Amino acid sequence: MQVENTEFRPKIVAFCCNWCSYAGADLAGSSRLAYPADVKIIRVPCSCRVNPMFILRAFQRGADGVILCGCHPGDCHYTTGNYYARRRMTLLFSMLDYLGVEKGRTRVEWVSAAEGVKFSTTMNEFVAKIHELGKNVRLEDLRCKN
Amino acid sequence: MQELITRAKELLADGTVSRVLGWKKGDLGWDPEPAYFDKAEELENFIYNPFCGANLSKYLIAAGKLEGTTLVFLKPCDTYSFNQLVKEHRVKKDKTYIIGVGCHGTLDPEKIRNTGVKGIADAVLEGDRVRLNTLYGDKEAAAAEVLLDRCLVCKGKTHVVCDELIGAEPGEEAGPGELAVNRFAQVEELENLPPEERFAFWQEQLSRCIRCNACRNVCPACSCLKCVFDSSQFDSNQKANADTFEEQMFHIIRAFHVAGRCTDCGECSRVCPESIPLHLLNRKFIKDIDTFYGEYQAGADTESKGPLTDFTFEDVEPGIIAERGGGR
Ligand code: SF4
Ligand code: SF4
Ligand code: FES
Repeated sequence: MQVENTEFRPKIVAFCCNWCSYAGADLAGSSRLAYPADVKIIRVPCSCRVNPMFILRAFQRGADGVILCGCHPGDCHYTTGNYYARRRMTLLFSMLDYLGVEKGRTRVEWVSAAEGVKFSTTMNEFVAKIHELGKNVRLEDLRCKN
Repeated sequence: MQELITRAKELLADGTVSRVLGWKKGDLGWDPEPAYFDKAEELENFIYNPFCGANLSKYLIAAGKLEGTTLVFLKPCDTYSFNQLVKEHRVKKDKTYIIGVGCHGTLDPEKIRNTGVKGIADAVLEGDRVRLNTLYGDKEAAAAEVLLDRCLVCKGKTHVVCDELIGAEPGEEAGPGELAVNRFAQVEELENLPPEERFAFWQEQLSRCIRCNACRNVCPACSCLKCVFDSSQFDSNQKANADTFEEQMFHIIRAFHVAGRCTDCGECSRVCPESIPLHLLNRKFIKDIDTFYGEYQAGADTESKGPLTDFTFEDVEPGIIAERGGGR
């Protein structure tokens, strides 16, 4: 007998900058703080490395939510990278909203290397939000299924 | 028009310029084409009328690589694109001689045809009327009904850069085109719809796209030699891969790429064979930039930093989008 698993498991992509947020995620792990396994971390050198296309591409390949984490403003390893990322993401998120894509599917959070707890709570919150929104159907590429 | 030709001939003859970039008569009266004129005789085919909507600034990227100076005719709004290209180091002012030409609005042949007028050969704008010369005799129309949408929200008749003016007065008031329409009105209308309706609206619009790339090719702000949309690695490079996401991807990336650099010249919407309102995407970015980072007009000068290559410590957080109500 085949058992079908119909439970919704969201796919979440988290872009984390190498210098703060990725270390924050590491700390969350080594401090045994739980966050859902649905979050797939992609390490980037800096939050401003994230081209708006990366975010769209993640959705295209089936992500239900995309979150970008970087150093706190003022703490970027490259001094100002996250200030540029902040402007870009504000405009991109606003455009997605304008096109009718649900607002909660994208998020930016600043997480330092010392904030393991913040990393884990942020991810828990975000996953809960995506659960609430359900599957992403407005921004995805049907060819990339399975 | 004769005045423009005479002046172009003078400048060619005294060696100030090596070639002229302007518009020439097309096969059909309502369809003039951008063209180079290397010799005085060729200028016989030169034309300047209200159908010369094409913005010639982008051609100057290629012209700048040729020997000598290029004479170009720019309408007031075209000069913004030119400035923006100078700012981005794509063209050099000293390889260009700009004659600013007067403009009272450019016409939309499609709108004219929709009023039932056929066989358009020529047109003259007179105040708020357009006199149309057609194969079936003279016709008339109200300017406001047949001007291109972009001319209804004209930036004004001032040339932000030029070497001389012909047929235009410095500081001239906007003509009949200027109907005091708020250029963000349509954007606001969309913002006020529920998200499902916005999604349906854009799906309807964007799914008509045939990926001819005309909007990209004509855009003076889109000037990369190698474009991501031409990459064979990119799933969105051809219509044969069609699905709904493809259009969204193409259109978001196209509009984002020119965010902060788009002068709102309206060329993309003008050339789209599917009449997709691309300006509504560009203007959304312009509106957001104005609200979040202060009013900004791309191409108004050649020095200032663009909004996406600049920041302040106090910028809003992206979270503001999720917090605010409606589509704003
Ligand atoms: S995006 Fe359209 S309106 Fe903006 S500069 Fe390019 S062609 Fe002009
Ligand atoms: S000009 Fe129109 S149809 Fe052609 S690619 Fe652009 S939006 Fe699509
Ligand atoms: S290195 Fe972390 S945001 Fe730039």
